[in-house]
Amino acid sequence: MDFLGILNSTVGFVIDPVTIAFSLAALGLAVHFGFAGLLNMGMAGFMALGAYGYAIGILTFGLPWYIAAFLGPLAAIVFALILGIPTLRLRGDYLAIVTIAAAEIMRLLFLTSTFGPITGSADGLSGHNSGSFWADNPLPEGQYDFGPFRGTELDWWVRIVGFLILCVAVAIVWLLVNSPWGRVLKGIREDEDAVRSLGKNVFAYKMQALIIGGVLGALGGLVLAMGQNVNPNQYVTSITFYIWTALLLGGAATVFGPLAGAVIFWVIQAFIGLLMPALAAEGLLLGLSSIQAAQIKFILVGIALVLIVVFRPQGIFGNKKELTFVK
Amino acid sequence: MSSNVAPATPVKSTGLHVGEASPGVAKRDPILIANQVRRQFGGLTAVDVEHLEIPRHAITALIGPNGAGKTTLFNLLTGFDTANTGTWSFNGKSLAGVSAFKVARMGLIRTFQLTKALSLLTVMDNMKLGSTQQLGEKLWASVFPMLWRKKESEIEEQALDLLARFNLDSKKDDYAASLSGGQRKLLEMARALMTKPEFVMLDEPMAGVNPALTQSLLEHILNLKKAGMTVLFVEHDMHMVRHIADWVIVMAEGKVIAEGSPDEVMKNPAVVDAYLGSHQDIDLGTVTGRITLPKIGKGK
Ligand SMILES: Nc1ncnc2c1ncn2[C@@H]1O[C@H](COP(=O)(O)OP(=O)(O)OP(=O)(O)O)[C@@H](O)[C@H]1O
Ligand SMILES: [Mg+2]
Repeated sequence: MDFLGILNSTVGFVIDPVTIAFSLAALGLAVHFGFAGLLNMGMAGFMALGAYGYAIGILTFGLPWYIAAFLGPLAAIVFALILGIPTLRLRGDYLAIVTIAAAEIMRLLFLTSTFGPITGSADGLSGHNSGSFWADNPLPEGQYDFGPFRGTELDWWVRIVGFLILCVAVAIVWLLVNSPWGRVLKGIREDEDAVRSLGKNVFAYKMQALIIGGVLGALGGLVLAMGQNVNPNQYVTSITFYIWTALLLGGAATVFGPLAGAVIFWVIQAFIGLLMPALAAEGLLLGLSSIQAAQIKFILVGIALVLIVVFRPQGIFGNKKELTFVK
Repeated sequence: MSSNVAPATPVKSTGLHVGEASPGVAKRDPILIANQVRRQFGGLTAVDVEHLEIPRHAITALIGPNGAGKTTLFNLLTGFDTANTGTWSFNGKSLAGVSAFKVARMGLIRTFQLTKALSLLTVMDNMKLGSTQQLGEKLWASVFPMLWRKKESEIEEQALDLLARFNLDSKKDDYAASLSGGQRKLLEMARALMTKPEFVMLDEPMAGVNPALTQSLLEHILNLKKAGMTVLFVEHDMHMVRHIADWVIVMAEGKVIAEGSPDEVMKNPAVVDAYLGSHQDIDLGTVTGRITLPKIGKGK
C-alpha cells in the first residue's frame, strides 16, 4: 500500500476546486443558518443552478464564460424568491421541508429527458470549459507542481478563479455580518417578533439572507462546473448534508468556520476514500471489497455529523455562547 | 439619584375624558381609538372591545384578571395578531391590517409579557437594534462601514445612557442570555425606548423586578410622560397602578368593564367583583406605605 501517495493526494485536495466549491456553499449556509436562522436543506439545488447556469450559458447561448457565470447566481436569486415568498412568513421548519423538496425537483428537472437538448439529461453537460474559459487562461501551458499541489495550467486556472471568487465572497460576507445589517439578522435568528416590534421588516431581511446565501451556493456550483463536467447526480440531497456537516464542523455562526470546515471535511473524506479501498485491497478490512470499502466514508460522515452536533454544537471555531442548539 | 426625583405623589393628569367616566368614554385628546375590536380563539372570545380611547400624554393602566384579554388586545393593536373584526387608529391613521413592523415605525412600540431578550446577542447589540436611525441596517449600505460608523457611535452613546438609567451598564458586553429574568425585562424596556417611540405599550413591565428597581422603573415611566410620550401598561400590582396611572381601564372576559381615575375605578363594585376582590380595602391601607418603602430604605 502506498501510504505516502495517499497522504500526498489527500493534501492536494486542500486546493481542489471541489473544496473551494464546498467552502462557498458552506459560507452560503452559514449566512442562512448561522446568522439568519434559516433552515435551508436545499443547498444542492442552488449549487446545481450555478453549475447548469454556467454550462448552459456557454453551450446553449454561446456566451463568454465570465458572462455565463452570472446566469447561475441570477437563477439562484429567482429560486430564492420562489422558495422564500410562500415560506418565510411561516415557521422555520417549513422552509426546511420546502427547500429539500425544491432542490430535488430542480435536480429532476435537469435530469428529465424533456429538456435533454439543453441540460444533457442524465449525461449532463461537458465541454463548456474548453472554449473561452480555457482560452482566457493567462498561464502558459505546462505542468506546475509545488510539493503535493500539482496540476496543469488548466487545473491552476480553475483554482485561481475559484479562489478569487471565494476571497471576494468571504470579504463581502464578513462585512455583511459585522454590520448593523448583520446585527438585525442575528436578532431575527434569536427572536423574530422582538425584532419586528422594533420596526424592522423581518421578512425582507430573511429574504435578503436567503438570496445572498443562495447566490453563494450557486457560486459554489459555478466553481465546481469550471473544474469538471456537469452532471445531475452531483447535486443529490446528500451533497446538502455534506455541506451541513462542513458548516457545523467549522462553526455555523462564523465566517471562517465554514471554510475551515469544508477543507477539513473534504480532506478527511478524500483521505478515507483513498485509504479504505487501499486497505481493502490488502485484505485488511474483514474481506470487504474495495467498492464496499469506499462506501464506508459515507457512514463515517453520518457518524461525524452526529458527534459534532452532540459534543460540539458550536463547531470548531464557533463561540459556545453564540450558537448552540439548545436555546 | 436625588430624593426629589421620586415624589411620593406624582403629578397626575386630570380632565382626560369628556363626560361621565364609563367604559368607552371619549377622551379629550385620544392617541389611539379602537372600535368593535374582536378576537376569537375557537369558541372563546378573548377580546371584544366595543369602543376604547387612550388619552395622549398620559399614563394609562390596563388591568384585569388573568385571561381577560389584555395581552391579546396588545397583540391586536400592534399588529402581532389579526382581529376577526374591528378598526383602530393611531394618531388618526388606521392600523387595522397594518403589519407589526410598520406599526412600530409609526412610533407605537410594545414590549412583551413573556420577555423577548435576544439571548445570543450582547446587551449592547440588543440596545443598538432598537435604533431606527441606522443606515447600515440597509443591505447596500452595510458593506460600506464609512457610511454608518459615525452613527454607530452615536447610537452606542445613546444606548449607554439608557443602560445606565436601567442599571444595566455594567452588563453591556454580556450576552443577554446571561441576564436574570428581571434584568431582561429592564433590557426589553430600555431597548424599546431606543426607538424613541411616541406611544409605549408595556405588558407587565414590573413583573419580577425587585422593589428598589421597581421604584426607579416607575420613575422612568413617569419620565416618559414628562418627555411627552404616551404610556399604556398592563400591571397586576395595584399599588403601582395607583401610584403612576392617570387613567385606568379594566378588562374582564375580553370586554372593557370600567374606566376612570385609579381611585374611582378601585371603588367600582364591578371591578372589585371581577378583579380586585373584597380584601382590596385592607390592601389599600398599605398602598402609600409600600410606595414610600424604597425611600425609607435609602434613608438608612
Ligand atoms: N394563541 C391563543 N390561542 C388560543 N387561546 C388564546 C391564545 N392567546 C390567548 N388565548 C386565550 O385568550 C384569553 C385572553 O388571554 P390573554 O393572554 O390576552 O390574557 P391576559 O389578560 O393577558 O392575562 P394575564 O393577566 O394572565 O397575562 C385567555 O383565555 C387565553 O386562554
Ligand atoms: Mg397578559
